[in-house]
Amino acid sequence: MKSMKQFFKRGLILLPLSLVLFLSGCSQMAVFDPKGPVAQTQSDLIIYSIILMLFIVVVVFVPFGYFVYKYRDTNPNRKESDYEPHMHGNTMIEIVWTIIPFVIVVALSIPTVNTLFELEKPPESTDSATEDTEEEPLVVHATAADWKWFFSYPEEDIETVNYLHIPTDRPIEFKLSSADSMAAMWIPQLGGQKYNMAGMENTLYLQADEEGVYDGRNSNFNGEGFTKHTFEVYAESEEDYDAWVEETQNEAPELSQEEYDELLEPGLTTEAEYSSTHLEWVDHGTNDGRDYAVNRHYDLYGELMHLYSDHEAEDFMDEENEEDHESH
Amino acid sequence: MQLDEFFVTGEPLIYAGMVSIALVSAAILFILTYFKKWGWLWREWLTTVDHKKIGVMYILSALAMLFRGGADALMMRTQLAFPNMNFLNAQHYDEIFTTHGTVMIIFMAMPFLIGLMNVVVPLQIGARDVAFPYLNALSFWSFLFGAMLFNISFVIGGSPDAGWTSYTPLAGAAMSPGPGQNFYLMGLQLSGIGTLATGINFMVTILKMRAPGMKMFQMPIFTWSTLITSFIIVFAFPILTVALALMTLDRVFGAQFFTLTGEGMPMMWANLFWMWGHPEVYIVILPAFGIFSEVIATFARKQLFGYKAMVWAIILIAGLSFLVWVHHFFTMGAGAFVNSVFSISTMLIAVPTGVKIFNWLGTLYKSRINNTVAMMWSLAFIPSFVIGGVTGVMLGMASADYQFHNSYFLVAHFHYVLIAGTVFACFSGLVFWYPKMFGHKLNERLGKWSFWFFVIGFHVCFFPQYFAGLDGMPRRVFTIIPEWMPLNIISSVGAFGMGIGFAIFVFTVVYSYRYSEREKTGDSWDDGRTLEWATPTPVPFYNFATVPHINSMDAYVKLKEEGKTTFDEDKLEPIHMPSNTGQPFIMMAFLFVASFGVVFEWMWMAIAGLIAGVVMMVIRSFDYDEGFHVEIDEIKRTERSTRGL
Amino acid sequence: MSSHELKTGPLEYRTQEGQMTIMGFWIFLAAEIVLFSTLFATYAVLFGRTADSTPPGELFEPGIVLIMTFLLLTSSFTCGLAIHEMRRGSVKGLLIWMMITLLLGLGFLGFEIYEFIHYTHEGATMQSSAFWSAFFTLAGTHGLHVTLGIGWAILLLIQVAKRGLTPRTSRKFFVIGLYWHFLDVVWIFIFTSVYLIGMVV
Repeated sequence: MKSMKQFFKRGLILLPLSLVLFLSGCSQMAVFDPKGPVAQTQSDLIIYSIILMLFIVVVVFVPFGYFVYKYRDTNPNRKESDYEPHMHGNTMIEIVWTIIPFVIVVALSIPTVNTLFELEKPPESTDSATEDTEEEPLVVHATAADWKWFFSYPEEDIETVNYLHIPTDRPIEFKLSSADSMAAMWIPQLGGQKYNMAGMENTLYLQADEEGVYDGRNSNFNGEGFTKHTFEVYAESEEDYDAWVEETQNEAPELSQEEYDELLEPGLTTEAEYSSTHLEWVDHGTNDGRDYAVNRHYDLYGELMHLYSDHEAEDFMDEENEEDHESH
Repeated sequence: MQLDEFFVTGEPLIYAGMVSIALVSAAILFILTYFKKWGWLWREWLTTVDHKKIGVMYILSALAMLFRGGADALMMRTQLAFPNMNFLNAQHYDEIFTTHGTVMIIFMAMPFLIGLMNVVVPLQIGARDVAFPYLNALSFWSFLFGAMLFNISFVIGGSPDAGWTSYTPLAGAAMSPGPGQNFYLMGLQLSGIGTLATGINFMVTILKMRAPGMKMFQMPIFTWSTLITSFIIVFAFPILTVALALMTLDRVFGAQFFTLTGEGMPMMWANLFWMWGHPEVYIVILPAFGIFSEVIATFARKQLFGYKAMVWAIILIAGLSFLVWVHHFFTMGAGAFVNSVFSISTMLIAVPTGVKIFNWLGTLYKSRINNTVAMMWSLAFIPSFVIGGVTGVMLGMASADYQFHNSYFLVAHFHYVLIAGTVFACFSGLVFWYPKMFGHKLNERLGKWSFWFFVIGFHVCFFPQYFAGLDGMPRRVFTIIPEWMPLNIISSVGAFGMGIGFAIFVFTVVYSYRYSEREKTGDSWDDGRTLEWATPTPVPFYNFATVPHINSMDAYVKLKEEGKTTFDEDKLEPIHMPSNTGQPFIMMAFLFVASFGVVFEWMWMAIAGLIAGVVMMVIRSFDYDEGFHVEIDEIKRTERSTRGL
Repeated sequence: MSSHELKTGPLEYRTQEGQMTIMGFWIFLAAEIVLFSTLFATYAVLFGRTADSTPPGELFEPGIVLIMTFLLLTSSFTCGLAIHEMRRGSVKGLLIWMMITLLLGLGFLGFEIYEFIHYTHEGATMQSSAFWSAFFTLAGTHGLHVTLGIGWAILLLIQVAKRGLTPRTSRKFFVIGLYWHFLDVVWIFIFTSVYLIGMVV
C-alpha cells in the first residue's frame, strides 16, 4: 500500500537522518559544550546513555520495519507459512527480552549513581600541578528573588546583582536559596541545576576551566518575569578575578538594608555591585529568613508588569548593563 | 467586585474568544429550540445512565477539550517561532501554557480514555451496563461541570497562571492572588470526584459482572488495562483530593500548609502533587497500551503475543508508578542516596515497558496486517513511543537530569510519550470502535490524510525540541533568543501540521456522518476478536439478549468458530435495566455553583450550592426506583431488526 | 443487571446489586484510607512547625480526649450490636441501638467542637501556623466524616422505619456500619499519633 511505503520513507529514513544532522551540530549545543569538569562529567554520561539508547532504537526499529513490510496483507510475495494466527507466545524469547532491558538498566544505573555521589563533592582537580595546592572551594551564596539574582561572597564581603565573577580552575561552592518563589540556578555550560528555595539551602558545586562569559538563568517557572530571570557568569583567571574583587571592595557602595528591601520588590532590575552582603541581616536559606521578602512585599507580588518580549524597560536595562561593563 | 474585574478585559484574543463563545452558545440554543430538540436532549442524553451514551458524551467533550488545548498550543508555538514576537505577553503566555497542560491531561486525555472504557469494557466482558449506572452518570457530569468551571476562567475572573503543576509558593495566595488559581483548584476537585467514582465503578464492574465462565486471565487486554487503571485511580486520586483541598484552605481560608509564613512547607506540594501525578501519567498510558494491543491483534489477525506477560507487565508498571515520584524533582536536593533509589526505580519501569514493546513486535511476526487507519495509528505508536521511552530513561538518570530538568528536552520527552502513547491511542481506539458507537465507519481515505499530517507534524514539532533543550532552552519561557530560532521555527511548522491533521479529522467525522455506508453487521472489521463485536450494530440498550458462556480468550473468535451468537431465542429472559434519571445532572450543577462560589470566595453562594447538592443526595437516598424489565417480545423485536433476521 | 435473589444468607448479600454495592463501598473505604494517610503524612511532616503559636503540648488535655475516645469506641460497639439485631431480623433492636450509636456520635462531636473553640480562644487556629493548619484539617476531616455519618444514618433510620428490613434497606445499614467502624479506626490513629504524641513531645 502506498501509505505504507511513505511510512518507511518518512518514519524510518527521515528520523535517523535528522538525528545525524542534529548530532553533527552537537558541539554547538550548550550541554555538549562543557567548560568545566561538572558539565564535562554530565555531558559524558549523556553521550554514553545516548549510545545505549540508539542501540535500543535500532533493536526495535529494524524488526518493526521488517515485520510491517513483510507481513502486510497486500505483500505479493506472501507465503502460506508467513501466517500463524494461533501463536500465543514463546517463554524462551520472552525471558531473553526481559533480561536485555534489565542489563541495560544496570549498565545505566552504575555510572548514574557514581556520578550522583561525585556531584555532592567539589570537583577533583585533574591538573596535577594544582593538586599540591588543593584549593578550598570559593563560597558564593546565590539567592534568587522575583526576578533577579543576588550573589554574595561572604569571605570577600562583596555582593553582585544579576552577574557574577568566578576564578577558573577553582571549585565554586554555591549556596542556593531564594527570597520568595522557587527557582533553579542553571548554567548549562558549567553543569546541571539545583533548586533555590526559601528557608532551605542547597549546595551546588560548579567549576569553570576555561575563561569566558557563560549564560546562567533560573530554569524553574516562577511567574511573569521568569523569562528575564537570567544572569551572566564571567569566568576569568585568578589574577583578573582578584583584581575585580579588590576593585569592587574599594569602589562599590555598601549595601544598606533599605536599599536591599527595595531591590527585593518583585520586578526586573539592572546589574549592580556592593561592598557588603545582605547576609549581615538575613540569610533566606534559613528558617528565620524564609518569610523576609513576603512579609515586606506581600501585596506587590500580584501586580502585573505587562511584560512583552521587546519590553522597553528591558532595552533600557540592557543598555545600562553594557555601559556598566564597558566601564570595567 | 466590579464588572470589569469579573470579566477578563484588555486582550483582543480574549474578546475574540468571548464573541465566539457567545455566538456558538447562541447557535446551539437556536438550533435546539428551532428543531424542538430540548426534550430529546433531556430524555436521551442529560438523563441517560446508559454506559454507551455516557461514553459517547465523554468522547465528544474530550474532543472539544482537545480543540481548546490544541488552540492554546498553536498560540504558544506562534509566539515562540521567532525571537521578540509580540503575539502574547508574558502573563498571557503563562496562562496559556497552564491551561494547555491542565486541559490536555485532566480534561482531554483522561475523559477520552474513560469514554472509550465506558463504551467498550461492559461490552467486552458481556455485561449489560456498569455496576453502578447512576454513579456513572454522576461521574460524567462531575467531569463536565469541572471542565466547564475550569474553562470559563478564560473569560471570567482570569485563567490560572502557575503552570499545570502549580508549585507553591508561586501558586499560593501571596504570589497568585485572585480567582485564577482557584479555578484550577475547584475545577480539578469537582472533576476528581467523578474520576474516583469511575475507578470504583469499573473495578466492581470488571470483578463482578464478567460473562459466566470468563476467568480473569481470559479477559480482553483492554479490560485488563482498565482494571489496573481503576486500581491506580482509587489509590492515587485521594492524594490529589487532599493536596487540592489543602491549597484551597491556604488560599481561601488563610491556612499555612504551603506558605512561606507560619512555617509552612512549599516543597510538600511538589511531593503530594507528584505522588498523585506520576500514577496519573500511568492512568493515561495503561489504557492506551490496552487499546494498541486490541487494535494490533485485530488487524494483524493474530492472537496477542505473550498475553500473560502483557498483563503482568501492566501490573508491574502500575506498582512501580507509585514508587518514582521523586524523579520529577531530583534537583530539589534530597541527596545522592535518595536520588539513586528513585533513579533506579524509574529506570526499572523500562523493563516491563520494553517487554510490552517486544510483545507487540511478536504479535506482528507472522501476521497478516490489514492496514486500516486504526492500525496505522497503532503502528505509528511503536517507533514514536520508543523514542519517548528511551529519552525517559535518560531523564531518569538523576545526575544527567540536572541538565535536562526544566528544559525543552523534558518537554519533548513527555509530549513524545503522551501524544504517541495516549493521543495516538485515542485516535486509534476511536476509529476502531467508531462503527460500534455511531453505526458507520469513518472514511478511510480522509483518515489517512489526517493520520499523515498529524504524525509527521508531531515528529517535526517535537523532535527538534530535544535539541533545543540540550542547547539550554528552558520550558515555559515566553520568548526565545536568536540562537534557538531555527529549531523553534521547525517546531512551530510541525505544530501547525498537527493542527491541520486534527482539522481533517473533524472534517472526516462530518463527511462520514453524511456519506459513509451504514453498518449492517456487528462485526464491522470482520476480524473482531472480543465480545463487543458479537453485539449487533447499533448496539441495543441492553447490550446482550443472552450472554454466552465463555471459556477462552478472544471469546468472539471462539463464538464465530462455533457459530454461536448473543441472541439465543431459547434462553431469553426479561432483562432488568436501570431507569433514566436527571438527578446526577442536577446534583453536579449545584456543586458547580458551590465551586464557583469558592472560586470567587463568595461564601453565601458556596454554602447555598453545597446545601442544594446535599439535598439532591438526600433525595437520592430516598429514591427506591427499581428500574424496569425489558420483556422478551421487545428483545426479540429489537434483535431481529438489528440482526436483519 | 441480574435480578435473581438468593433465598438464604444475610439479606444484604442476597441480590447481586447488594453484593456489588458492598464491594464498591469496600473499595471506597480503601480510597478513604489513602485520603486519611495523606492527611496523617501531612501532619507528620508539619509536626513541630508551630512558628509563634502555642505548641500542642500546652493545649492538649488528656481528659477530654479520653472521653471522646470512649464515646466513639462505645458507639462502634453499639453500631455492631445494631447490625447484629438487623441480622436477627429485629427492626426495633436495630433502631434502638443505632439511635444510641448516633447519640454517642453526637456527644463525640460536641466535645470536639468544644475542644476546637477552646484552642481557638487560646490562639491556636487554622491560620496560626503550619502545624495547627494540619491539626485542624486532620481532626476536622474526621469530624466532618462523623457529621456526615450521623446525617446519613438519620436518613436510613427513617427509611427502615417506613419500609422495614428488605435486601435494600439492610444493605444500606450494613454499609453505614462499615463506614462507622472505619471512622472509629481512624480515630484510634488520631488519638495515638496526634494527641498522645502531641502531649508527650
